[in-house]
Amino acid sequence: MATTAETRTDLQSLASDIVIRALRAGASDAEVTIREGDEFSTTVRLGEVETLKESGSRGVGLRVLLQVDNGYRVASTSSSDFTPEGLEHLVRGAIALARLTSVDPFAGLPEPGEYGQLPGDLRLYHDDVYSLPTEERIAWARRAEAAAMAVDARLVNSDGAGFDAATGRRIFANSRGFLGEYRSSYCSIAASPIAQDASGEMQRDYWWSQARAFRDLDPPESVGQEAARRTLRLLGARRVPTQQAPVVFAPEVARGIVGAVFDAAAGDAIYRGASIFAGKLGESVAAPSVTVVDDGTMPGGFGTSPFDAEGLPSRRTVIVERGVLRSYILNTYAARKLGLKSTANAGRGLAGNPFLDSGNLFLEPGAQSADEIVRGVDRGLYVTRLMGHGVNLVTGDYSRGAAGLWIENGEFAFPVQEITIAGNVRDMLRNITAIGSDLEFRSATAAPTLCIDGMTIAGE
Amino acid sequence: MDHKRYFFEKFGVSERLLERCLGEALSAGGDYADLYFESVASTSLGLDESIVKSASQGVSTGCGIRVVSGERTGYAYTDDLSADRLLRAARTAALIASGPARQPVQGFTETTSPSLYPAPAADLDADLSAKLDLVMRADRAARRYDHRVTQVRASYADELRRILIAASDGTFASDTQPLARMSVFVLARDGDRTARGSSGGGGRVEIGYFTGAKGPEFFAAEAARTAILQLGAIPAPAGEMEVVLGPGWPGVLLHEAVGHGLEADFNRRKTSAFAGLIGRAVASPKVTVVDNGRMPSRRGSLNVDDEGSSTQETVLIEGGILRGYLSDKLSARLMGIPSTGNGRRESYQQIPMPRMTNTYMLAGEEAPEDILRSVKRGLYAVNFGGGQVDITSGKFVFSASEAYLIEDGKVTAPVRDATLIGNGPEALKHVSMVGNDLALDEGIGTCGKDGQSVPVGVGMPTVKLDRMTVGGTR
Repeated sequence: MATTAETRTDLQSLASDIVIRALRAGASDAEVTIREGDEFSTTVRLGEVETLKESGSRGVGLRVLLQVDNGYRVASTSSSDFTPEGLEHLVRGAIALARLTSVDPFAGLPEPGEYGQLPGDLRLYHDDVYSLPTEERIAWARRAEAAAMAVDARLVNSDGAGFDAATGRRIFANSRGFLGEYRSSYCSIAASPIAQDASGEMQRDYWWSQARAFRDLDPPESVGQEAARRTLRLLGARRVPTQQAPVVFAPEVARGIVGAVFDAAAGDAIYRGASIFAGKLGESVAAPSVTVVDDGTMPGGFGTSPFDAEGLPSRRTVIVERGVLRSYILNTYAARKLGLKSTANAGRGLAGNPFLDSGNLFLEPGAQSADEIVRGVDRGLYVTRLMGHGVNLVTGDYSRGAAGLWIENGEFAFPVQEITIAGNVRDMLRNITAIGSDLEFRSATAAPTLCIDGMTIAGE
Repeated sequence: MDHKRYFFEKFGVSERLLERCLGEALSAGGDYADLYFESVASTSLGLDESIVKSASQGVSTGCGIRVVSGERTGYAYTDDLSADRLLRAARTAALIASGPARQPVQGFTETTSPSLYPAPAADLDADLSAKLDLVMRADRAARRYDHRVTQVRASYADELRRILIAASDGTFASDTQPLARMSVFVLARDGDRTARGSSGGGGRVEIGYFTGAKGPEFFAAEAARTAILQLGAIPAPAGEMEVVLGPGWPGVLLHEAVGHGLEADFNRRKTSAFAGLIGRAVASPKVTVVDNGRMPSRRGSLNVDDEGSSTQETVLIEGGILRGYLSDKLSARLMGIPSTGNGRRESYQQIPMPRMTNTYMLAGEEAPEDILRSVKRGLYAVNFGGGQVDITSGKFVFSASEAYLIEDGKVTAPVRDATLIGNGPEALKHVSMVGNDLALDEGIGTCGKDGQSVPVGVGMPTVKLDRMTVGGTR
């Protein structure tokens, strides 16, 4: 579990040292998080460099627990000041603050047997993200934009293209002897062209590729061309009459449905009774074809980590299995409230209590291609973009702005915009009638194409 | 009010060092360079299930250095304010330019303006127990409101942000900006129905603000009232209809429908649906919209923006005609328009850009009752969650969290959450009545753009739109 003293970095020693200082200052337990990161980003617009940014920063967070009879008082502090005086202030501030909070009978660190880390190389860090010289990174962004603009004469403007790279290091230590560290890397390329038709109407869309290793990025030309294709197909978008019709969610928006499943299964919403999934464990909550998994263990995944923010080894949790709700999403606190075990989904910022965070979250793919799903729709909407935050998981009410393509007789007929789609997440999950085979992890949350029946489209 | 002493005394910054950093920043040429020092101290308290479960405090300090050369911006930042690291960041930012060194203007001119918000107390910690009292009072008040209230979460958060800006054009500005907010979230249950309600408010105020009329009891009652109301809400209607927006927070309509589209960066790049429409009608003649960074104690207000420019009141739409954009230094220079003091950034780690402050529609003459009475069948929306806009197509949404049907001029049943959608350059042309009851929101707004969040305000009188699409299910 803990690394040996010889291989400890300076920051690991610092984290352990702050834990000890907190205990000496009166804490019953303490948790320390240190984050350090470097970032690079450049944006290019119409061939010219627009921004170039390069920097690094670090921060430390301390959470202390003071044991009182039947529970703990907890508080936390964070700082960017690593001087001895700064760290002293961090420790003393946390203890002073904790004396003012309430005694919480459910607070406390995980049990001794629960700590651990996934073994082996999870392929989260590749130093090749910085291997390109700055001029080359700019060139990659330029190539993506140029490839987009070259696709069609109607692509007359650009919101720019960018190349980003970042590396980070995260250290976590606690007073129960856990000490862990991992590094991660990331790079991305994106393009966002603007198309204009004869009427003067403008549309913009974008496409991107991100990877943990530079060598895994899509070529800039393919990113640019895909961005152009997505932008052009929206030109001439119009509204449709208000009606009920099947809605096909493209993978990039179907992700939102998977996110809603995660949020509805989140333990804190469950113990508060603030979720449509509260009390539904073991019950059918979705169509029998639906399986949703959160997996923090996939090597190289965007949502992978060796341990969660409380020092528990990451794991794979089946949330919904063939339509049946199998597990809530839990950290130690939510698990204790519900009399269950943590699913190692603790996340945390530098300060504050652990919250719930997803790993690699996805809906398992089906057998049909996206084309086949669209061909199976007589008359309906293919959604490529959603707007707004109209998802209420207390009631399940779902209402969002949408744009995409109208389907007539299994074919794309014309683009649509300025409409809404609405329903209730409870019904939407049960009314999933088709699941695509096109699951692809472009980010930590992924979904294949989904078709949902019975939604209301509001337009003219 | 000598805020600059903070960085001078605490971090050893001096005018000489500022000049050296600016000189280094322009060592490879460039038209302009600036330094942005920031130190933020924040406190946040959270109550859940009637106990204070979380309390945290943080400090974050750093400096961002920018070099502008034509339309190009180089940027670097450091969380270590030693001369060494500052000069290194300046050299990194300088890489954007490639030419002979430029000299910054000699000597600084300080931007001064009467302060719009209270100077901070010397010892913020002294108020901690008073802050805890606020969240506990909110909990009691919400539970007292109705026996169907099952869960209450209340939070209090404040920050004190100190900034110092020095630029190669001689700009020198400093400010100390308080910001406080309390929020209450309530769940109510009746049989198998569960509903939520939330409320909150604050501004650039001290804790004393919450001992007045807008205290924990007010916000708790509002949150509880909304949750109880939602227990009996019926499905929202779907389709195009007359919509009446209540006063205050529904002004988020303006923020999304026109505000973002008038930020100068989008118009300089001609990526906004509003590009080229200055002097043209973009709203009904009854509509006048302003952005005003100089309202005392408001959440979106600033004495100086994050480029050291004085903030101001800017007319965006006057009698339906588009008058102006919201600009920062870069877009003002490149577009040859006045700077409106709207250059803002989330933190020292980010490049500033044009952002709104407090955006609102001026009052009209109609009585709100008359406006409602004029509607045959429509929606009366009085509170909203967030919104979003696609600048280029102009399409925007905002989500109603408290709305009612209007039937034959009468406000009837409450309806469930629904998103409203419209087209920015067209939506306000359908404004047919403007109320005499202008109100600003309670002070909870946070606006996101390109990954940067900044506090903002919105406001509006009661307004009737003859047409808007409501995204319900019925």
